Amino acid sequence: MAGLSYVRVEMLPEREPPVSEVGLIGWLKSNLFSGWFNTILTLISLYFIYALVSSILPWLWSPTWAAQSLNECREIVSDLGKEHGGACYGVIRERWQQLLFGFYPDELRWRPILTLILLFVALAPVLFTEAFPAKMLWFTGAFLFLAPWLMWGGVIWTPLLVAAGLVIGFYAFKFSAGAIGNLAAIILAIALPILWWMFAIGPISQGLASIIPFGIEVVESRLFGGFMLSVWIGVVAIAISLFLGVVLALGRQSELMIVKYLSVGFIEFIRGVPLITLLFVASTLLNIFMPPGTNFDIILRVMIMATLFASAYIAEVIRGGLAALPRGQYEAADALGLDYWKSQRLIILPQALKISIPGIVSTFIGLFKDTTLVSIIGLLDPIGLTGSIRADANWNGIIWELYGFIAILFFISCFSMSRYSMWLERKLRKGHQ
Amino acid sequence: MSTLELDTQVDASRMEISDEVAIEISDMNKWFGTFHVLRDINLTVNRGERIVICGPSGSGKSTLIRCINRLEEHQAGSIVVDGTELNSDLKNVDKVRSEVGMVFQHFNLFPHLTVLENCTLAPIWVRKVPRKEAVERAMHFLEKVKIPDQAMKYPGQLSGGQQQRVAIARSLCMMPRIMLFDEPTSALDPEMIKEVLDTMIELAEEGMTMLCVTHEMGFAQAVANRVIFMADGQIVEQNEPHEFFNNPKSERTQQFLSQIIGH
Ligand SMILES: Nc1ncnc2c1ncn2[C@@H]1O[C@H](COP(=O)(O)OP(=O)(O)OP(=O)(O)O)[C@@H](O)[C@H]1O
Ligand SMILES: [Mg+2]
Repeated sequence: MAGLSYVRVEMLPEREPPVSEVGLIGWLKSNLFSGWFNTILTLISLYFIYALVSSILPWLWSPTWAAQSLNECREIVSDLGKEHGGACYGVIRERWQQLLFGFYPDELRWRPILTLILLFVALAPVLFTEAFPAKMLWFTGAFLFLAPWLMWGGVIWTPLLVAAGLVIGFYAFKFSAGAIGNLAAIILAIALPILWWMFAIGPISQGLASIIPFGIEVVESRLFGGFMLSVWIGVVAIAISLFLGVVLALGRQSELMIVKYLSVGFIEFIRGVPLITLLFVASTLLNIFMPPGTNFDIILRVMIMATLFASAYIAEVIRGGLAALPRGQYEAADALGLDYWKSQRLIILPQALKISIPGIVSTFIGLFKDTTLVSIIGLLDPIGLTGSIRADANWNGIIWELYGFIAILFFISCFSMSRYSMWLERKLRKGHQ
Repeated sequence: MSTLELDTQVDASRMEISDEVAIEISDMNKWFGTFHVLRDINLTVNRGERIVICGPSGSGKSTLIRCINRLEEHQAGSIVVDGTELNSDLKNVDKVRSEVGMVFQHFNLFPHLTVLENCTLAPIWVRKVPRKEAVERAMHFLEKVKIPDQAMKYPGQLSGGQQQRVAIARSLCMMPRIMLFDEPTSALDPEMIKEVLDTMIELAEEGMTMLCVTHEMGFAQAVANRVIFMADGQIVEQNEPHEFFNNPKSERTQQFLSQIIGH
């Protein structure tokens, strides 16, 4: 068995891989032309791509920006002798502002634009925790109340009083929990602010306004429209449903039977009902239950429904994240003496939310696209506006340009959200391994 | 398992045991559903005692020590820790938990926090220690377990032995008067077991009251002042280590010892 013994006397240096493995040729060979089957697939795909692009590009390339009507577009296109016809961009030029802002008054459009810019400032410390100081979160909190005021206008007191409602809820819980028990305190902490918002805010803000009348011009909800409306409903519903979703997910795991079954009942009910029925309820049925004479803003009603709808889905996503955490995390938190809320906030939720990011973002993307359903109950989101634009004699018969434009707006928003979530997932995975 | 060589010279007789009672368990029973997992447990632990609990798998060792900080709830009998009875009063539970540290088999470090944050979290949020002081304290204990240089890393970046030592430091940062260990070395590779045991020996030498579920018989012989053998949810035998290992009385104990020392 002498042959078994072997000792390497010289270590081998590293060598370059063969040319066929690297560079463009190597890539093509291994990815597109490895074997006859792949080669055929590649060729067929190339043909389809060519066919698609060669018919779409000429259509897209169409100098109709200045056209005043669909007929004018057609003349320009036929003068050029295009066989596939051409896009009519005149409608975008004429109506893009409407598609973006609805009927929001021209001279006040700086307000939604400012709100959008501030939205990014407010989101920065949330989305990019490392690049921005945590102190900016104060602005994020303030933004929640500043944004509605900027959008709808009115006296400055209203948003401040709405914010005060949350403070009332917080202290109601804090001071009553010891005396009447947690469950009763939670109910009180929810009921008091709602009563405050429904009955106290109106008179108080009027009273304050008569003393210090500081405010900006009111813009009525029926003027809201276009992509702005979609973003506005989407952002509000997303922000609040994330919070509600966490509460519902924790509620579903609660040891308090009532809290648990209320959460389960709510989640299952909402998930069993299509969003569009909820929107119909918002637009018609709610009026029946409201005291006569109250004018409950239609956009607010829609926002509430969209929020409730999304929060049920978010709750289920987060529940998955909670379930994925090993029991040991709960036990270690308990053993260190952390109480329920502290261990949730410091240990459990940060990890559960991290696991849930992909699901949360998909829910948000879905919700954002679902905001187009509000056109069915007569709100003038971009889809709702297309109806009136196409009813215009000048643009009667236009389809692709309008819907294409809207599609691009939505695609940019949703694609960014999806890329962000992938980036975040990658970052979090790298950070803690 | 008994082959562990401890090169630290341990002098068990130097470790003082006071007359003061740290833990008093009387006629305690526990069921999981209908399964009677702990039966008539009576155990008194004095301050400064180092108790090793051993026994076959499923005999209720983990459940017993988890009852001491109420990770599990007992249904009959009483458990009094440092004069505080564990009952449905949450204030008592919180009080006991802040005085009893626990180290788990699988470390259970918080993976989203750095080593330092793992150690400062509970002092800051439970004991209301100022942040600066909490950091100093954490660094002190990280030095004690010999990994101060890893403070800024995440647990996932450490070896198993290092993670377990962080877990010990994390418990110590709460300044517990009693430490519970549930098989602290059984998830570790052999070469890492020693570094964790050394840390525990040091703790014992400083007079910490310790209850330790372990099968490291070398550790038991060197450090424990009492070894408890459990089977079927009962305490079958307890004795000082020398007697326990060389002269086991009950048949179950002899059987168990011959199994774990036999190979
Ligand atoms: N949460 C639980 N629900 C139901 N049964 C349980 C639960 N935890 C433990 N048991 C059962 O109780 C018995 C004792 O478990 P325990 O974990 O205390 O054993 P152990 O002595 O620590 O065993 P090991 O050496 O394997 O860790 C086992 O039969 C186990 O299956
Ligand atoms: Mg065990």
